[in-house]
Amino acid sequence: MAKAIWIFVEQRKGQIRKVSLELLSQGRKIATEVGEPLVAVIVGHGLETLARDIAGYGADKVIMVDDAKFAEYSTGPFTSALNQLIRQEEPQAVLFGNTAIGKDLAPRLAQRLGVGLASDCTDMLVDHESFLAFKRPIYAGKAFAHVKTNVRPVLATIRPNTFPLATPDLGRDAEVVRANPSIDASDLKAIVKEVVIAASKRPELTEANIIVSGGRGMKGPENYAILEELADVLGAAVGASRAAVDAGWREHKYQVGQTGKTVSPNLYIACGISGAIQHLAGMGSSKVIVAINKDPEANIFNVADYGIVGDLFEVVPLLTQECRKLVQD
Amino acid sequence: MIFDLTEDHLMMRKMVRDFAEKECRAGAEERDETEEFPREIWNKLAELGLAGISFPEEYGGVGADYIAYAIAVEELSRVDASVGVTLSAHASLCVNPIYKFGTEAQKTKFLPPLCTGEKIGAFGLTEPLAGSDASGTRTTVVRDGDGYIINGSKIFITNAKEADTYVITAQMDRNKGNKGISAFILEKGMPGFTFGKKEKKMGIRSSATYELVFDNVRVPKENLLGEEGQGFKIAMVTLDYGRIGIAAQALGIAQGAYEAALKYAKERVQFGQPIAKFQINQFKLADMATQIEAARLLVYQACYYADQHRPVGKYSAMAKMFASDIAMWVTTEAVQMFGGYGYTREYPVERMMRDAKITQIYEGTNEIQRVVISGNILKE
Amino acid sequence: MGVNIVVCIKQTFDTEAKIVLDNNGQIDPNGVNMIINPYDEFAIEEGIRLKEKFGGEVTVVSLGGSRTQEALRTALAMGADKAILVSDAALDRVDEWTVAEVLTKVVSGLAYDLILAGRIAIDDGSSQVAVRLAENLGIPSVSSVLKIEVNEGEATVMREIDGGTELIAVNLPCLLTAQKGLNEPRYPSVAGIMKAKKKELKSLTLQDLNMNAEDLVAKMQIARYSLPTPRQGGRKVPGDAAAAARELARLLREEAKVL
Repeated sequence: MAKAIWIFVEQRKGQIRKVSLELLSQGRKIATEVGEPLVAVIVGHGLETLARDIAGYGADKVIMVDDAKFAEYSTGPFTSALNQLIRQEEPQAVLFGNTAIGKDLAPRLAQRLGVGLASDCTDMLVDHESFLAFKRPIYAGKAFAHVKTNVRPVLATIRPNTFPLATPDLGRDAEVVRANPSIDASDLKAIVKEVVIAASKRPELTEANIIVSGGRGMKGPENYAILEELADVLGAAVGASRAAVDAGWREHKYQVGQTGKTVSPNLYIACGISGAIQHLAGMGSSKVIVAINKDPEANIFNVADYGIVGDLFEVVPLLTQECRKLVQD
Repeated sequence: MIFDLTEDHLMMRKMVRDFAEKECRAGAEERDETEEFPREIWNKLAELGLAGISFPEEYGGVGADYIAYAIAVEELSRVDASVGVTLSAHASLCVNPIYKFGTEAQKTKFLPPLCTGEKIGAFGLTEPLAGSDASGTRTTVVRDGDGYIINGSKIFITNAKEADTYVITAQMDRNKGNKGISAFILEKGMPGFTFGKKEKKMGIRSSATYELVFDNVRVPKENLLGEEGQGFKIAMVTLDYGRIGIAAQALGIAQGAYEAALKYAKERVQFGQPIAKFQINQFKLADMATQIEAARLLVYQACYYADQHRPVGKYSAMAKMFASDIAMWVTTEAVQMFGGYGYTREYPVERMMRDAKITQIYEGTNEIQRVVISGNILKE
Repeated sequence: MGVNIVVCIKQTFDTEAKIVLDNNGQIDPNGVNMIINPYDEFAIEEGIRLKEKFGGEVTVVSLGGSRTQEALRTALAMGADKAILVSDAALDRVDEWTVAEVLTKVVSGLAYDLILAGRIAIDDGSSQVAVRLAENLGIPSVSSVLKIEVNEGEATVMREIDGGTELIAVNLPCLLTAQKGLNEPRYPSVAGIMKAKKKELKSLTLQDLNMNAEDLVAKMQIARYSLPTPRQGGRKVPGDAAAAARELARLLREEAKVL
């Protein structure tokens, strides 16, 4: 199917990642707009049950590569598989979520195909010359580059939480095609020996809808308990500023900021965070920002949609109580 | 005349600045409050070669020049003046006199651990009755066999108790006045050598300042520094060079305060605009910037003379006097710029102002600096 | 024996830099402080540590202008042995593909067991070049590593993935990209700074590499740059802690509609 739009659907242990569903949702709109098919490509093992969900979010066709050798993601085999499929089917565009896998797979694949790649895009539009044009943040979101390419296929990775989820149509059908790309010895020079997933009931920071974050004002690691309580009520992830991570209160993987993670949740609640430029770089694209800080001059208030000047140790537990009431309604 | 720093100097500045920002900034206020000596910071800066920066490699130093040393002290002081003076007192007041006046045996024995920072150095000249009038030394030394016995005390000694190696002065013959003073190298742990009162200071509070107490301290003849009777001259030469370090410290303090004031002025909004828009603040910042430039040039000039082995006394006195005076002025105006906030511990400028004051006093008060300068110019 | 390591680095704007567009809509570099891309510092540090452990040589490579020499000299001051800069006016407009092509030409002329780079550059935020380089060289790549162990022609690395880590065994030569947490980069020592100027820093043009600008036309075009619409912040929810918390919760649900 030349001219099709492909979405690389990421899954782990039978769970499709939210960003892939977001891409299917947006892909569906675009496919309809340009009158071309939307094709989902999924690579892994034990994928049968997923075709229905993928169809529900708008795919016309699902290319399924289902084999034990693809059970765990690995750069070599996945790059080879997609390369073969793309050369065969010649889609017009291939979109990935800007996840750990997307960031690893897309550039390797792009180089093998000899094409460009727009990374970490926060918007995508149909363009009559280059089919798709992208907006992507640079300098940690302090500016944007509007990029396009004349080379095909158009490749891009899209930032999670950029596009809204459609309401799935579970009655929808899609053609399921099983493909069997081969891999060779050169694909096996890196072997995954072990995967350790941190058991966390919290959503992953970069995918969370709501993030409660703490900075220097938290004064110590034990005090994060009050943020965790609020996060539990809201189903949120818990983040930290660089100050807190450098002080050893939180692990680096929870750091939000220029040298940490970039997040764009619907709601970002910054507690005891001053709002240094580097932190804003990591959460500035949040839809709504709330700041709780005892310093009325803190920079964070300049970007917060709602701010409370007060002692977070008083305010946060009270906010937790209020949110609990709301959630129970 | 070349006014640019070399690439090495620029790299050094960046390195020490990064170090100061990452290692010293976060704890500076706390150390100021608890008066905790920055031992861990010292160990880290020693690893980078800063403890022996301008001393030759053969003695464990790095063989850089005075400008490199001044840059190191300045950049550390820009963030934490206590760390800056710890390095300056160590290098200029202890390592330098041993380097300049020590025998080969003394240099080989004492310099390497000092240059690597394994040991810290200090200098004991000042006494309760001998401040500006250093020749009024009351600490006594008598010959004993082929060694000496020292009795007396020193006051306001930077790095005291934390340091392992001390260069001190003692009077052997009051009738000879200055020419009766001798210098000795003492080590912590020598029987009779103890530490007295810790000073509670206005500023540079995490710099260790204690009394030295000598109670029949027996010192072998190998520890006499220079000749008998040369002690006063050694002290004066040491201070001539040491002033460069203090000038650099004052310069760093001023720079740190100025940057803080500049940043704040751009951010603080009153009457609907950043206060940096008001001419009075613009003029103050302009004056600060100009004073700092002038101080920097004086410091580097003194360094240049030192590196060229030309007489340094007049220039180091000028640099120390000028830099410390402008540091006091800049830090005071910085507190003013911050308004009420500047007076609180939330912001670093009040500490910088408290830190700046001592630079007008130690290693020769600014009054004494004028004595040195006028002494020089009247001879010319 | 030793492990020969090539580290690809980039000089970027300081994290504090304010981004402004000039009259031509281009990013204005005037007055901007330049630094080594922080993620590349982890790569340089790791390369030096491996050299200290196994012997061998560390070569740092970069594309850029004359200012990039500062970044390379700093890497030499930290402990790298040699530096190569590719600088050419024709490389003014590049994309990740172009950079990878040029790096490939340079690196394929070097002896290496391991190539290291930061996982992402904080200016373009693309996270592509290093992996593209590995693809061109036909060597395996593992991105975002937190720990590296080298042993007899193989590296065992811990890779960060979303929500966890993986342990991967990879043959040498390979390319690894560094994630924060891999190590704590050292400050260049004073001695290191003074020795750096005696170390080799080669500056090459496209011609020196037998490459033509016409063959290196970027695949991606930047149509334009834009700046974010400034957020309208500043609204404070009044009242004491209890009243403010209550009002905030209400606003978040009814007005902002995020709860």
